[in-house]
Amino acid sequence: MRFIFKTDYAQDIKIAKHGGQVFWYGALMLLLLLAPWLFAEYWLAQLTFVMIYSIAGLGLMLLAGFTGLFSLGHAAFLGVGAYTQAVMTNAGVPFPIALLGAAALSAAVGFVVGLPALRVKGIYLGMATLSFGFIVEEVMARWESVTGGNAGMHIKPPNMFGWVLNSGTEFYFLCLVITVIATLGILNLLRSPTGRAFVAIRDSEISAQSMGIHLAHYKTLSFAISAALAGVAGALYAHKLQFISPDQFNILQSIDLLLMIVIGGLGSVHGAFLGATFLITMPQVIALVKDYLPAAIGQAPGLQGLVYGVVLVAFVLFEPMGLYGRWLKVRTYLQLFPFYRKGMFKRQKSFQKSDRLR
Amino acid sequence: MQVLQLLISGIAQGCIYGLIALGFVLIYKATETVSFAQGELMMLGAFGGLAGMTMLGFPFWLAILSSILAMAVFGVLLERLVIRPILGQPAFSIVMLTIGIGYVARGLITMIPGIGTETHTLPVPYKDQIWKVGGLVLNVEQMAVIGVTAVLCALLFALFRYSKLGIAMQASSQNQLAAYYMGIPVKRLNGIAWGLAAAVAAVAGLLLAPITFVHANMGFIGLKAFPAAVVGGFGSLPGAIVGGLIIGVIESLSGFYLPNGFKDVAAYVMVLIMLMVKPNGLFGENLRKKV
Repeated sequence: MRFIFKTDYAQDIKIAKHGGQVFWYGALMLLLLLAPWLFAEYWLAQLTFVMIYSIAGLGLMLLAGFTGLFSLGHAAFLGVGAYTQAVMTNAGVPFPIALLGAAALSAAVGFVVGLPALRVKGIYLGMATLSFGFIVEEVMARWESVTGGNAGMHIKPPNMFGWVLNSGTEFYFLCLVITVIATLGILNLLRSPTGRAFVAIRDSEISAQSMGIHLAHYKTLSFAISAALAGVAGALYAHKLQFISPDQFNILQSIDLLLMIVIGGLGSVHGAFLGATFLITMPQVIALVKDYLPAAIGQAPGLQGLVYGVVLVAFVLFEPMGLYGRWLKVRTYLQLFPFYRKGMFKRQKSFQKSDRLR
Repeated sequence: MQVLQLLISGIAQGCIYGLIALGFVLIYKATETVSFAQGELMMLGAFGGLAGMTMLGFPFWLAILSSILAMAVFGVLLERLVIRPILGQPAFSIVMLTIGIGYVARGLITMIPGIGTETHTLPVPYKDQIWKVGGLVLNVEQMAVIGVTAVLCALLFALFRYSKLGIAMQASSQNQLAAYYMGIPVKRLNGIAWGLAAAVAAVAGLLLAPITFVHANMGFIGLKAFPAAVVGGFGSLPGAIVGGLIIGVIESLSGFYLPNGFKDVAAYVMVLIMLMVKPNGLFGENLRKKV
């Protein structure tokens, strides 16, 4: 068992809490850096998708897991980012500038969507973001002069001031760099006063307000940052697929993003990555298992939806902290080895609190 | 004349939205949770009717009644097995749970070989009949929707107004803790509310089926019922129907008078406007916490 002896206040907000973390995250980083030489092309592409979804997941995690505002239309931000990137890249704008443009436009849209968040709460916010998602999807489908409508549009490979990233490996490293920057950014944000304010708003708006946190400011900020990250992810997504159409950014995509962070574990940065890994590997696992099932089950088209639904229901019922919560339990069990008690992570039963009286 | 025709088809469509929204509102009022599986319950109800009519060979009325009853039992079971264990957890987890239930329902129906991926027509006796009243051409299917909705509303009104059960439900929706102290079996009521909501969804599905088709993805129309519930005010039963009618009429009119594409988003634009102007909806209760 590890006991961290704190001798300095700065230790409380350090990113790496102890040597073990430095070692293991260093090892993970090394593995990711060596991945192009270790894994086949196909798995590298899947790893790239995991990272792209992780970036979007980080954004949604900040919004839903840390600020407590949940968005049912997050795919719209992904779409705004993707289309901005596509239009700018095809116009010959270099990649970094186009990426900034995609992030900025998404953030601006997120700011606008965040405005109703100041007036409405809980399920109404869900409705507002859901409606917004539908409207954006329709705009993408109808604004044919820019987006190419339902026929979709192609996008050129990223161009770094003359250096064109054509191969999967180059693009993988690009995604890796952006993922690392985004993760460090979120970790730093969360240990700063701004991040603490987000968490305070999530836990109790009234107490946060009475501690001097400006709700309107922080809620719109959270929406804007979250949308910007989704925009970046959308831009990378567009480059990875090289083809985008409005139906890639519909309500199902939004629900997939939510499903991802809930299964990963709401309220933990790890959760975004675990959830993205789940979302990408699940279809592969299903495809592998399919052949061993009887044809009536294995070849049925609804299998994937069914598995997603069952997994989601199971997680909400039995493991509300998601994959990360499960990992915490396993880790605690190992750390305390013979002394782990069953009730250590027990959920408290509470009487239903009314949402209407606020 | 044309406006009237559009109005009637809008009202018929709006009744469907209203019926699904009624399900949301019933559940929301009773348990303060939002069910995203309502559209899927409707789909299951329509498939239940289809199974009764084509596979089991029931007569029309028996098939309808058995489908509604089966859905009511299904709703009660769903509440008991899945929803009750996490009651009292954050609203967000319940939303995710119902989304999960929706996925499971859609997946299961799609997996039925030979049936799940096809579209079916529900063989109702009033299929493709037309009444001519004055210069109006009235589709009997649409008239059936409007008529059944009106009857159902009257029944629900009577239930909540005059029966002991309905009054207990009102009490528990106003204050669960106090209702519990008064000896009202809150948990059982929650189950009944889910059963009722599922039954209403089944009715909506059976009414919608002759107009569109029965297929696994028909539940997505449930997403249009959310705007109806929001416009009417999430906690109000008459509001759900009125909201549904408003959304239906606006959709039908904007489909005719506005350029292509507005029909699909009209409902959502309406919601955004509503949330900005009057977030509690037309009939929403405006409660303030007193400190």
